[in-house]
Amino acid sequence: MQKELLFITVIGKDRKGIVAGISNLLFKKNINIEDISQKIIRKHFVMVMLVDIKEANSSMEKISRDLQTLGKEMGLIVQVQHENIFNMMHRI
Amino acid sequence: MPFSIEEIYETARMILFEKLDIRTTTLGINIKDCVHSNFSIFKDKVRKKLVQNGKKLIKHAKQVEVKYGIPIINKRIAITPISMVMETHSTPRKFIEMAQTIDTAAEEAEIDYIGGFGALVQKGTTKAEKNLIDTLPDILASTSRVCSFLNVGTTNTGMNIDAVNLVGKMLLETSRKTKNGIGCCRFVVFVNAPEDNPFMAGAFHGIGEPDFSLNIGISGPGVVRSVVEKNRECNLTQLSDIIKRTVFKITRAGELIGREIANQIRVPFGIVDISLASTTAPGDSVARVIEEFGIEKIGAPGSTLAIALLMDAVKKGGAMASSSVGGLSGTFIPVSEDSGMSEAVAKSSLNMEKLEAFTAVCSVGLDMVAIPGNTPAETISAIIADELAIGIINNKTTAARIIPVPGKKAGEKVNFGGLLGKMPVMSINKFSSSNFMKRGGRLPSPIISLRN
Repeated sequence: MQKELLFITVIGKDRKGIVAGISNLLFKKNINIEDISQKIIRKHFVMVMLVDIKEANSSMEKISRDLQTLGKEMGLIVQVQHENIFNMMHRI
Repeated sequence: MPFSIEEIYETARMILFEKLDIRTTTLGINIKDCVHSNFSIFKDKVRKKLVQNGKKLIKHAKQVEVKYGIPIINKRIAITPISMVMETHSTPRKFIEMAQTIDTAAEEAEIDYIGGFGALVQKGTTKAEKNLIDTLPDILASTSRVCSFLNVGTTNTGMNIDAVNLVGKMLLETSRKTKNGIGCCRFVVFVNAPEDNPFMAGAFHGIGEPDFSLNIGISGPGVVRSVVEKNRECNLTQLSDIIKRTVFKITRAGELIGREIANQIRVPFGIVDISLASTTAPGDSVARVIEEFGIEKIGAPGSTLAIALLMDAVKKGGAMASSSVGGLSGTFIPVSEDSGMSEAVAKSSLNMEKLEAFTAVCSVGLDMVAIPGNTPAETISAIIADELAIGIINNKTTAARIIPVPGKKAGEKVNFGGLLGKMPVMSINKFSSSNFMKRGGRLPSPIISLRN
């Protein structure tokens, strides 16, 4: 079955529970985490998760909204984007 | 991970912090098939077609917005030039009724602007087109979402000066009928008008277009300013290269969004317009990009070179990114809508003549320029004719969106509200061109038009 991949970008200050909080929400929505990476870029804590939503139990819109709400509660910016946009912008 | 974390962050940063967005997604709709001898049936067919397709556009654009996390600011419609379908219903009353029908349809479909209520009169004006031009002040005063245009010249035909003379009078009358002359913000006069331009107020669905066409206008002055800011030491060749690379990326994103919306609505994708479109938001300004180059205030000596360099790099980056670049793909640098431009006028750095010079090297026209309300109609027509002559001779699009502001003199501030922005009224040359403009007729097509 073909995967439907999204990138979740989390930007803010490093703190305990970021990965736990987001993973928990993804688990509840039946979303598989394919890869995860984090780094400090220009003083920002940046964490990127690659996830597959093929078997998710809610819509892309709801996934995006709920992740952003969770981000707000933790004082983080969360951006959810389909992988195609990165293919177009960063690969020829 | 198929991408580095820096690449992912770069895209997120452009959208979150540098105001990268899709400025407009514009659905071109052919309404020639709605024509009917019974005017009520005709209006009804137009209304239904616009509402039905407008709602589809909004629905799918919103879905794509969520999928890619990129804001799509405006969702708009462009229709077949109205004069072409109204020849047998060309009384002023019917023009006003049709405009109001389209205005209501826009409201019902939650579309902010519908463009195309205009005519192509480059070689001459039909009786119906003359009626349309004479009725435009009432049309613009009695609607809020209908946009109008006239194409009064092309490099192949020359310029219809009689039509330009009508425009001066029409703009003055429109300005008197609408608060602060705001009705004039919804009218653009062109030469060499592109048939697939997605940007308002001048968008229309050209006569060579299919039934539908989905066109995209990207934006990104903030993104370009940011890369220029990070590269203070590089020379002009290197600067051009950096801008090209950035514009390549944002054009690719624009094309992806356009194709995806077009696929979902099941209409052909048209073009991506790579114009850098300013907004009133701080930082989202073409003037600030030029200032970041090292020009103290836009309008200062060096500004014409800077803007030529900027747009050349934008075009090269865009052309490499997509084979469907079209529309205007220049820059309008709207004075009232770009906070940096408006500030340069207030500080006497930018005047009408310098603005006109910009349009010779890159930008597409005198856009959103407020002038004194007591400017004679012949002078307004002459300002427009000067601007359009640049387009005719240089085989490029030029345009004017000029707003005479009733009761205001040069230097006085005017606020058009919201995205239309604010600016000081610009000062214009006091000497008259009336006897020249009164000669009328047609500017012959230039020698470069003889190419066969």
